[in-house]
Amino acid sequence: MKAFSYERIDDAAQAAARAFEVPGSKFIAGGTNLLDLMKHEIEVPPHLIDITRTGLDDITETGEGGVRIGALVSNTALAANERIRCDYPVLSRALFSGASGQLRNKASTGGNLLQRTRCPYFYDTAMPCNKRAPGAGCAALDEGADTRQLGVIGTSEHCIATHPSDMAVALRVLDAEVETITPQGQTRRLTLDEFYRLPGDTPDVENVLEPGEIITGVVLPAPVGGRQQYYKVRDRASYAFALVSVALIETDDGKGRVALGGVAHKPWRRDEADAELGNGAKAVMAKLLDGARPTDENAYKLTLAERTLAALLAKE
Amino acid sequence: MDFNQSADENLFDHARIIGKPHTRVDGALKVTGTAPYAYERHDVVENPLVGYPLGSSIAKGHITRMDATAARNAEGVAAVITTLDIDELPRAESNVAKLFGGDMIEHYHQAIAVVVADTLEQARAATSLIEVEYEEIPGEFDLDDAWKRLQDRDVVSHVGDVDAAFESAEITLDETYYTASQSHAMMEPHATIADWCDGKNMTLWTSNQMIEWTRQALATTFEIDADTIRLESPYIGGGFGGKLWLRADAVLAALGSRETGRPVKVALPRSFIFNNATHRSGTVQRLRIAANRDGRITAFDHAAISHTLPGGSGEDAVNQTRCFYAGENRRVAHHAIDMNLPESADMRAPGEASGLAALEIAMDEMAEKLGMDPVEFRILNDTQVNPEEPSKRYSDRHFVECLRKGAEGFNWSARNTTPGSKREGQWLIGQGMAGAYRGAPTLDSGARVRLSEGRLIVETDMTDIGTGSYTIIAQTAAETMGLEMDDVEVRLGNSAYPAASGSGGQMGAASSTAGVYAACVALQGEITKRLGVESARFESGQVVAGGKRVALRDVAQNEELVGEDTLHFGDFKDELEIGTFAAHFVEVAVHAYTGETRLRRTLSVVDAGRILNPVTARSQVIGGMTMATGAALTEGLNIDSQRGYFTNHDLAGYEIAVHADIPEQEVIFLDTQDGASTPLKAKGVGELGICGGAAAVANAMYNATGIRLRDYPMTLDRMLDRLPGA
Ligand SMILES: Cc1cc2nc3c(=O)[nH]c(=O)nc-3n(C[C@H](O)[C@H](O)[C@H](O)COP(=O)(O)OP(=O)(O)OC[C@H]3O[C@@H](n4cnc5c(N)ncnc54)[C@H](O)[C@@H]3O)c2cc1C
Ligand code: SF4
Repeated sequence: MKAFSYERIDDAAQAAARAFEVPGSKFIAGGTNLLDLMKHEIEVPPHLIDITRTGLDDITETGEGGVRIGALVSNTALAANERIRCDYPVLSRALFSGASGQLRNKASTGGNLLQRTRCPYFYDTAMPCNKRAPGAGCAALDEGADTRQLGVIGTSEHCIATHPSDMAVALRVLDAEVETITPQGQTRRLTLDEFYRLPGDTPDVENVLEPGEIITGVVLPAPVGGRQQYYKVRDRASYAFALVSVALIETDDGKGRVALGGVAHKPWRRDEADAELGNGAKAVMAKLLDGARPTDENAYKLTLAERTLAALLAKE
Repeated sequence: MDFNQSADENLFDHARIIGKPHTRVDGALKVTGTAPYAYERHDVVENPLVGYPLGSSIAKGHITRMDATAARNAEGVAAVITTLDIDELPRAESNVAKLFGGDMIEHYHQAIAVVVADTLEQARAATSLIEVEYEEIPGEFDLDDAWKRLQDRDVVSHVGDVDAAFESAEITLDETYYTASQSHAMMEPHATIADWCDGKNMTLWTSNQMIEWTRQALATTFEIDADTIRLESPYIGGGFGGKLWLRADAVLAALGSRETGRPVKVALPRSFIFNNATHRSGTVQRLRIAANRDGRITAFDHAAISHTLPGGSGEDAVNQTRCFYAGENRRVAHHAIDMNLPESADMRAPGEASGLAALEIAMDEMAEKLGMDPVEFRILNDTQVNPEEPSKRYSDRHFVECLRKGAEGFNWSARNTTPGSKREGQWLIGQGMAGAYRGAPTLDSGARVRLSEGRLIVETDMTDIGTGSYTIIAQTAAETMGLEMDDVEVRLGNSAYPAASGSGGQMGAASSTAGVYAACVALQGEITKRLGVESARFESGQVVAGGKRVALRDVAQNEELVGEDTLHFGDFKDELEIGTFAAHFVEVAVHAYTGETRLRRTLSVVDAGRILNPVTARSQVIGGMTMATGAALTEGLNIDSQRGYFTNHDLAGYEIAVHADIPEQEVIFLDTQDGASTPLKAKGVGELGICGGAAAVANAMYNATGIRLRDYPMTLDRMLDRLPGA
C-alpha cells in the first residue's frame, strides 16, 4: 500500500469538484474493494475522498413511479428494502447472492457498480495485465493461462475479464439508470449499457465516468412486474463469484428480459435475445451469445448459461 | 517408560475423565481473542519492527540483478535484506525448497527479499521499490504430460503375480483418476516474531506444529548450536501439515532481527501460503482391480505420480492400496516427478487422502461391475491381516462394524440403486459411501509434571493446532493423578519443555497423552518414595497407600514435586498393523441443469481405539469430512502451465468449503480400545476424516447423476453436457 492523503467531503458536488482538482484521487465508500486493491498496490491513489457522509443513503420514490437509490445505500439495506423486495425482487435476490453478510453491510450501491474484475492476473502485480498496467499485455490470453472464470463474449485481444457484480446484472435487466454529478456540477443519467464499456484496446477504462465524476444514485423505472428470478451458479454454495448468473423477468404478456453475469466485461443483455424468450433458452442464447469467443477452459459457460436459463424457465 | 507390549486392563478402562466430553480448556481464550497467537505476542515483545517479504515473480531461473536502494531509503525502513546479500542458507533435512539466499530461483514466490520497517504498511510499500532482473529458464509444470511420458514405473512392492491374476480374472477394472494440488489454506498464516538481536541467542515466537524439528532445522539453516535457540508456539491457528517445517517467516524474521538488533515480526502474506509455502501435490493414478465373479478381489495394480521439487518425495498415493483390502496379488508403483512448481509436502493425510480418493471410487465402480452393494463388496474383502505380509495381523480392526453400523444409521438399504433416477424438482439426489483407512503411528513423547499445593502443571513441547491437545492432556493428567480438570494446567509448545511427538500424521493425541501418562507415573513414583510406601492409588485428590489417605496438597508443602519421563514405543509394534478405520456415507443433490453439487447429509462411523474426548474427536472427524468435501467439489490449485505457479492464490480464488456447503454431519465412534497402540489404548483421528471422504461424495454424485467422474475437484463443467436438464 502506498501512502496516501485522506479527506472527508460531505457534499457530492463538492466531492466531485475536489476529485477533479487532485489528479488520481479516488472516492471511498464501503472500502470493501478499494482497500483490498490498495493493499495489493493494484490501485495506488495518492488521495482518498471519503463520501460516506454525503447523505446519499436514502431510497426514495421518483415522480415517474420508480425508485431512486442513493449511491451510499448499503447492499444489505437495499436488498432488505420492502419496496425493492415487492416490486424489484430480481434486485433483492441478486444482492443477497453476492459476497457475505458482513461485506454487504459495508458495500455501497455506487461502489458495487464500480468494483473491479476478479481476473487472477489482475490481482497478481507480478503478471502482465493491460487493465492494471496499460500496454503490459494480458497474461490471461497467453498459452497455459487460467481462464476458467473469465469472459466469453464482448472480449478483446487486450482483455477477457468479466465484471463481477451481481447487483449490476439485476439493474441491467430492470433498465436502471446511473445518476452522476460531474465536477462542473452537471448531472447525467446513463443506462447501464451506456455506463459500462467493453474492454476494446483500453481495458483499464471500464466506464464512461469523467475524471472526478461521482455516482449519486441509481434510478429504477416504474416496476415492470412479472416473474423475476436471479440464478447465480457457482462452485460453492456461498461466498463465491458467479461462474454464470442469469437475471430473468417474465412478464404476463409472454414477453420478458434476460441479462447475464459472469460472461462479459459488463452485464450482458441484447434486445434481440429478449425477443426470443418465448422460444426457449436455446433460441435466447443463440442471439445473446452470438459472437462469443470462449477459451477452451471457459467454453462451458456457453452451455451453462443456456442450461441455467432453461432451469429458470422450467421452474413452476 | 518403555511400552514394550500391549496394554492390559488399566486405569483408563475405568476412567472418570478420559473418554468423557470435556469442552476445550482453551475455548474461552479463543472466543475472547485472548489466546496469544504468534504475530500478536505483545506480551513478550514491545514494538517489534515489521518485516514484509518479496517473492520471486518467475518460477525458475536466476536473479541477475537486484537494486534495493529506493527501498532502503523509503520512510520507516530499518533494513532490507535481499537474497543476493547472503549465501544460500543450508537446507534442513526437512526442507526441499531453499528458504533464502543466493541467486537461484526454484519456484514462484520464493522469498527473495525482506524489508524491515517500523510499520507493516511501510515495509509492504517498500518491497515494491526493489528492482529485480531475472534470467528465466523454462520449467516443467504439467503433471499430465509427465504421466503420459512416463515409461517404466518404479514398483514399490509386488506380491503374487499381478499380470497373471489379471489375465485369468473374471471381472476387471482399469481406470485413471486425477486429484488436484491443494493448499492447507489454514486461517492463521505462517507467522513469527524473532529476537536474535545479539546474534547469539535466538528466541522465536512462532506458529509451528513441531517444536523440536523446527529448532533443529533452525540450527542447521543458520549453522548455530540448537541450544542457543528457544521456540514458543503455544497457539496455532491451523496447520494441516503446512506448519510442520521451518518456513520463510521464521528465517526472514530471524535475519531481520540479527540485522537490525531489534525484534522483528513477519507473517507470510496470504498469497505466499499458496506459492511460497508447501502444498499437497496433485496426482495421476491408474488403478486396476481384478476379482472373481463372487466378488472376491484377486489383484490390485496401482500406479501413481505426483510432483515435487528435486529431492522431495511428492504425494505417495499408493500406500493404502497395499493393505486396506484382501487380495493375493498386488503391485503398487509411485513416481515423484521433479517439477518446478512450489514445494509439495505433507498435508493432512499425506498420500492417504489422495490415494483413497481414487481407490474408493474404484471400489464403487468394481462393486457396480459385480452387481454388488458397495458396502457388501467391502465387507467381503475385509482382511484381518496385512495382505502383503499375512503374518502381520491388524492389532484391532473393526472396519466391517463401521460399514454395518453406518449402513444401518444412514438407512443405506433404502437407497435408490439405479443411478440418475431419483429426483426432487430440479435436483438429482444420490447417496454414496466409501471406506477410510489411516495408519496409527506413534512417536516417542516426553512431558514433565509439577505438583505443588495440590495443583498440577503439565509441560510438554506438544502443540495444539486447534485439535484439542490442551484438553486431552489435562484429562490424561487429571485421570492419572486422581485430580479434577480444574486442578491441572497444561503448558504446550515451548522448546524449554520435554520433547513430544508434536502434531502431525495423526500421531499427536495418542503419543503425547502417553508421554504425559509416563510423566505422571514418574511423579507418582516420587510421591510414593516420599511417603515411604511401595505402591499407592491416586484418587479424589488423595494418595491412598497402606490404609492411609494423604491429600496431594499435603504430600509436599512449600515445595514442588516433579515427574518427568518420555514414553518410548517398543519394536513389538512393528510386528503389527495398527490402523484406524471408518466408513463415510454421504447424500448429495446435483442440479439436473447446472451441475451444482450440494451436500445434504453425512455420517461417519469411526474405529480409532479409545476416543479420549468425543467432543474434540468429533471436531476432528467432521473437520476432515469438511476438507474432504472441499477436495471433492471445489478445492484445487489452478496451475498456469506456462508461467508455472498457482494462480488462485487467495481465499476468494481457492475455494474451501464454507458454512453453506456443510449441512448435517453425524459421527458415530465405535467403542474400541487398541492396547497395542498406547497405554491409553488410543489412536489418532485427525486425518481419518479426510480419508475416503472425497470418494464418498464422488460416489454419491454418481448415484445421483449416473455420470462417473474421476477428476477432482468435481466441478460442474466436467459433467455439464451429460446432465439431463428437464
Ligand atoms: C471476499 C469478497 C467477495 C465478494 N463477493 C461478491 C459477489 O459474490 N458478488 C458481488 O457482486 N460482489 C462481491 N464482492 C464485491 C462487493 O460487492 C464490492 O466490494 C462492494 O460492492 C464495493 O462497494 P464499496 O462501497 O465497498 O466500494 P469501495 O471499495 O468503497 O469502492 C469501490 C470503487 O468504487 C468507487 N466509488 C465508490 N462509490 C462511488 C461513488 N458514489 N461515485 C464514484 N465512485 C465511487 C471507489 O472509488 C472505488 O473505485 C465481494 C467482495 C469481497 C471482498
Ligand atoms: S484478462 Fe484483462 S484483467 Fe485479466 S490479465 Fe488480461 S487484461 Fe488483465
